[in-house]
Amino acid sequence: MTSAHVSSGSGVSSGANVSSGTAREGRAGGPRHGRPPASRNRPRSRFRLPPRLLPYLLLAPAVVAELIVHVVPIAVGIWMSFRELTLFYIRDWAKAPGKGFGNYRVAVDFDAAIGKDLLTSFLVTAGVTVLAVGLSWLLGTAAAILMQDRFRGRGLLRAAFLIPYALPVYAAVMTWGFLFQRDTGMVNHVLADQLHLTGGDRPFWLIGGNGFWALVTVIVWRSWPFAFLVLMAGLQNVPRDLYEASALDGAGVWRQVRHITLPALRPINQVLVLVLFLWTFNDFNTPFVLFGKAPPTGGDLISLHIYRASFLTWNFGTGSAMSVLLLLFLLLVTAVYLIATSRRRSAHA
Amino acid sequence: MHDTPPAARAGRPARSRRAPTDPPASFRWTRRIVLTLLAVFTLVPVYAMVSSSLKPLKDVRGAFHWFPTEPTFRPYVDMWSTVPLARYFTNSVIVAGGATAASVVIAVGAAYAVSRYRFAGRRVFTVTVLSTQMFPGILFLLPLFLIFVNAGNATGIALYGSRGALILTYLTFSLPFSIWMLAGYFESIPRELDEAARVDGCGPVGALLRVIVPASLPGIVAVTVYAFMTAWGEVLFASVMTNDQTRTLSIGLQGYSTQHEVYWNQVMAASLVVSVPVVAGFLLLQRFLVTGLTAGAVK
Repeated sequence: MTSAHVSSGSGVSSGANVSSGTAREGRAGGPRHGRPPASRNRPRSRFRLPPRLLPYLLLAPAVVAELIVHVVPIAVGIWMSFRELTLFYIRDWAKAPGKGFGNYRVAVDFDAAIGKDLLTSFLVTAGVTVLAVGLSWLLGTAAAILMQDRFRGRGLLRAAFLIPYALPVYAAVMTWGFLFQRDTGMVNHVLADQLHLTGGDRPFWLIGGNGFWALVTVIVWRSWPFAFLVLMAGLQNVPRDLYEASALDGAGVWRQVRHITLPALRPINQVLVLVLFLWTFNDFNTPFVLFGKAPPTGGDLISLHIYRASFLTWNFGTGSAMSVLLLLFLLLVTAVYLIATSRRRSAHA
Repeated sequence: MHDTPPAARAGRPARSRRAPTDPPASFRWTRRIVLTLLAVFTLVPVYAMVSSSLKPLKDVRGAFHWFPTEPTFRPYVDMWSTVPLARYFTNSVIVAGGATAASVVIAVGAAYAVSRYRFAGRRVFTVTVLSTQMFPGILFLLPLFLIFVNAGNATGIALYGSRGALILTYLTFSLPFSIWMLAGYFESIPRELDEAARVDGCGPVGALLRVIVPASLPGIVAVTVYAFMTAWGEVLFASVMTNDQTRTLSIGLQGYSTQHEVYWNQVMAASLVVSVPVVAGFLLLQRFLVTGLTAGAVK
């Protein structure tokens, strides 16, 4: 068995070397090591695979799974968005007649009910996302920076902060659903009975306009620990001597935070904010478990909206068109974001 | 960050400094206040979950109490009969366990290929797999639902509603992150180690199993926990792709609130029971997850 295909290079271990290492591709050939005679006595495997094929063989299961669950369904989803795929054709989709851009026209006709509701849901989602991502990032950053030094109870506190992220989403959100109950919940008990902030009123949190704030609270509660976890990992890579040197130059803690810690976190923040944005914008679980199948307008996130539009009417064609529009929007935002932040980063460098 | 050594740099007179672990008072007070508020925000719902799970039904019917009037373990007994919790539990264990095992095995192989080989399509693979992670789930849900329904009609194999279909779906959810993180882990293992194994007569797969896997066990354990958490908590696909017999906990637990009355004490008890394994696993292994994130981020 030749062992040559492993690109061993000059002890490649750092990232830069790896990504530039593609040039080595295709240099398969003779054995790299002289094989010591002892190894000849070992039983050889019966199959001799061309070494060039091995990486593909190792990847095959992952590729097949991704194809079945992600790639093919996206293609099928795009096809569906051009079909009249209503209840009659669900069990026999090959017969669904073509509809051209009809489904898209329905989705973006903002004067008619379907389009108007979709637009409202889109705006609500944008509002929830901006608030929730901003707050999650802020809390995560604050906690990560404040917990950079050792102090008593730090390990325990860190574990406590990670609990919301570790909880299964439905368990966490159902707990919040209980806390937000109007008559039996903790939130109204604190606000109305203990702090008397509501003027004797017991507001509804899961019905009506307050649903928006309830949803933002739950999403922030669940996602700020993730920001905290990622930023903590990022802070471990900031070289200590930077702080030591700046302290010798007389910089205080706050100046160090501003001039060393935050700039050092910028590359991680670029990815973190994007991930938080995509997760929140696509969030289905939180509103679905919190409100059930009839969310208030302020809690009708776009994934849940498309889900309801599809499964209430069984009109999968329109639902697919809406999903494709959502995907296009996310791709556009991601592309603009990456271009803008990368340009700023290189301008800073 | 402030463990400044008292020694001065060359050419600078030594100045007396604070003790290394002693940031200024403004920083310490900010820390105390902010972290206390965050702890309250984080832990109050957790406390409410625990305390309410120990309440008799009359406590959760009326106004909220911070403490149970008479603590009882009844909710932990009753929750099994209000909804078929044991069945949901079994389904969740099968689905999440199956998806995790498959996902980790597949990810180890793929990560080995990505980290140790240069081959055509390597970059396309990594980018495609990672980007699917970011697409909205609803985009796959409708087509996947139709694919499973129609494939079942065509072949006679019931895919829709089956645990197998759910396992296949869930394993792909954790796959991208697992491959990415394990590839980072594998990169950090010196190649000399697997070359030494090859010299001793191991094939590439032997080197993977005997050298790489043992050396990156923390990473593999962390990925396992992550994959299990992902499958254990999934709601969207479970809400569509399961039937009465295959329903998992994520949908089954909502059964407590669609009945005539909401048994909030039992909801909290059941939530707690299904959460404890994953939360404990995560908290025990979060250190490895942080290391893995750092290893991956180096790339």
